[in-house]
Amino acid sequence: MDTQIKFYQTGTFTVGNRLLTEEQRTVQADMHRTNSLNSGHRACQGCGEALGARYAIDAAMRATGNQLIAVNATGCLEVFSTPYPETSWQIPWIHSLFGNAAAVATGVAAAQRVLGRTDVRVIAQGGDGGTTDIGFGCLSGMFERNDDVLYICYDNEAYMNTGVQRSSATPPTARTATTPAVGTAPGNVFGTGKNVPLIAMAHRIPYVATASVANLRDLEQKVTHAMEIHGARYIHIFVPCPLGWGSAPEDTILIARLAIECGLFPLFEAHDGKVTSRTPIRRQVPVTEYLNKQKRFAHLFGKTPDTARIEQMQRMADQNIADFGLLQ
Amino acid sequence: MDKPFAITLDPGSSLANKTGAWRTNRPLYVDRLPPCNHACPAGENIQGWLYQAESGNYEAAWRVLTGDNPLPAIMGRVCYHPCETACNRGQLDESVGINSVERFLGDEALKKHWKFSPVKDESGKRVLVVGAGPSGLSAAYHLRRLGHGVKIVEAGPLAGGMMRFGIPKYRLPRDVLDGEVQRILDMGVELELNCKVTNILETIDAGSFDAAFLAVGAHIGKRAYIPAGSSARILDAVSFLRSMEGEDRPKLGRRVVVYGGGNTALDVARTAKRLGAEEAIIVYRRTREKMPAHDSELEEALQEGVLVKWLSTIRHASESTIVVQKMVLDETGFPQPTDEYEALEADSLVLALGQDVDLSLLEGVPGLEIKDGTVQVAPNMMTGHAGIFAGGDMVPAERTVTVGVGHGKKAARHIDAWLHGRAYVPAPKHELATFDKMNPWYYSDASKTVRPVLELARRTSTFDEVVSGLDETNALFEARRCLSCGNCFECDNCYGVCPDNAVIKLGPGNRFEFNFDYCKGCGICVSECPCGAIKMVPEAS
Repeated sequence: MDTQIKFYQTGTFTVGNRLLTEEQRTVQADMHRTNSLNSGHRACQGCGEALGARYAIDAAMRATGNQLIAVNATGCLEVFSTPYPETSWQIPWIHSLFGNAAAVATGVAAAQRVLGRTDVRVIAQGGDGGTTDIGFGCLSGMFERNDDVLYICYDNEAYMNTGVQRSSATPPTARTATTPAVGTAPGNVFGTGKNVPLIAMAHRIPYVATASVANLRDLEQKVTHAMEIHGARYIHIFVPCPLGWGSAPEDTILIARLAIECGLFPLFEAHDGKVTSRTPIRRQVPVTEYLNKQKRFAHLFGKTPDTARIEQMQRMADQNIADFGLLQ
Repeated sequence: MDKPFAITLDPGSSLANKTGAWRTNRPLYVDRLPPCNHACPAGENIQGWLYQAESGNYEAAWRVLTGDNPLPAIMGRVCYHPCETACNRGQLDESVGINSVERFLGDEALKKHWKFSPVKDESGKRVLVVGAGPSGLSAAYHLRRLGHGVKIVEAGPLAGGMMRFGIPKYRLPRDVLDGEVQRILDMGVELELNCKVTNILETIDAGSFDAAFLAVGAHIGKRAYIPAGSSARILDAVSFLRSMEGEDRPKLGRRVVVYGGGNTALDVARTAKRLGAEEAIIVYRRTREKMPAHDSELEEALQEGVLVKWLSTIRHASESTIVVQKMVLDETGFPQPTDEYEALEADSLVLALGQDVDLSLLEGVPGLEIKDGTVQVAPNMMTGHAGIFAGGDMVPAERTVTVGVGHGKKAARHIDAWLHGRAYVPAPKHELATFDKMNPWYYSDASKTVRPVLELARRTSTFDEVVSGLDETNALFEARRCLSCGNCFECDNCYGVCPDNAVIKLGPGNRFEFNFDYCKGCGICVSECPCGAIKMVPEAS
């Protein structure tokens, strides 16, 4: 939330705050939040994606008065939430294929239009594999037709469900099953991958934003704002994966926070292809603070740290800070 | 079976899948001991009353505070606030101005005439309290709250002890002192003034008291042998400060030398300045680092123009000159004399070399142990004589108002138990909420609201209070800087950050509980709890 909460020093950044009115608190602080993604799902301990999905869908539910249909791409989120015959979803939810979530959502939105249900809104969601690789064609089509769908990508930077294979969202030097930490250029190579938020902006759709599980207020504000707009919208949410990244389950939010604070994951909003706001870094940290808590980057450290590659990662972060103006 | 093709099971909720079975560690809500509470000599629940003050509920805050300490307006002025030294926020930006908020609450109470709750059940027992200083008043208050009849016998003409006859007015205005004393008397505590107890056993017998608490303080100024001419004007600090309460203010002359390095020495020098002395010089035999006086008071004194001769002792005093010998610290840090001497012009010399206890009332009491001029007491504050307890400056401890108040409370609890033939067993202390157990990310930055300090020129010429109080918005702001270390303040973080919805919010005032059917034991709630009120424990195998 942009507004400074005066005098409520304790817990300004917390989920709730007993000194604030109900309206000023987050959706997640609500005793009667929808818990759109319910307990009993089979996500790993400390799953960032499970957390991010509940944050986003609960916020969208409140924003639409619970008139929401979700379409899901194949991926962790789909697998852990719906092992037959159980479901964790407490909203209308449909899954078709890995690559067609955006197209199915387009169809669901069209059906609502035909039925005259202007109140029912549609969300498509998937992981980075289903979004940046396999579903990319359908996604781009949904964007260029400006279909009335909010597409949410939960980015955990690899194909986690199938055993941590590299995706086009995997960062340089990260070790995955397909980019092992061996040879002269261990891990994922520099100069690969794509930045889907910027590609979405290039379609000049009404709204594009990035968000993180480490900043709940910012995330909820962006989802809520997206539901006030019609047309194609895209939100890219950063969700750490303890299993795939080799991080401690209790550090999920800490790692997401460090990704923001070092500059590797910039938080911004764009309307009609132009960046309109950015969430400033509160306490800048070097990228090593973020990298050294994850086993997928362990080969950069150890007895002889790979200073050259760490430097290169720092330059990426510095470039983001400069490009988006992340320092106050 | 009228299910669609290839469908054999009814749809079900994932709630059937009890993921709690995965858990090897479980989170546990705990209350840890905030460092401020831990450091408070009066045992105040500081985090507890700040919590109330944060919501603007000042009367509730005052009631929590006075559950331990009946003198918040005094405390908010004269306490050396070890709580603020211990405050975890000090490691973030600056410690919370606990002392300022305490004073604000104390002043609010006086302004709004809040009273202590009436005593419900009278025990029928009577306790004698000797001395109406901080320790005696505190004991009387706590004993009265526990239902006992209390009579305070005081040798002086007014209640307050060293708070009246030792602490100058510019630090503690007398209307504040009178207000807080009167509120204790209003509970039905009897006070007899101008009555010096000469034989404690006789007084107990005569009044048929069931127990006694002695808190006569330490009022006798220590003397040192200083060769002096017959016309040299030498006073002791205690008598000097006491005479400030009378009609005739003592005459010190233009140049005053004070001998000693404690808070009393500073009080004397600052008082001398206010009485019109052009020069007030403190002579102290060690260095600033070794000075027992509190640094904030030294700083204020220096700002007011008080001078200090470090590493100096007084060798000789005459009518207008004092000869000072320079010292050096040896390798053990002890001052050793040198051959260097210096003459200071001085119209009077005030000795502030510490105080002794007048123990005459204890003569002939069997079982008492007296060591180094103080009465020895057991951990329950009882002297060697059953039924006679003691506290404050007359027992071995740091001699401050706050310690005295703490003694009074502790003694009252033990006296109460003793009167009922029991032993008082304090509740076990919680684990300390150290800074490493917190997640300070969630607290936004806010610096301490510094109490406005009276303009220098004004304060050296008058006895107006030097440090003034916070107003309501300031005090609220300051209270809200509290991190609530180790104690849940219902920020909803655990409820929000659980990926498994395994935290149940119980509503305002009722905190949270875990749903162990689904808690996978990831520990995010522990990492993200701002105040360190959750910990992980291994699951029983």
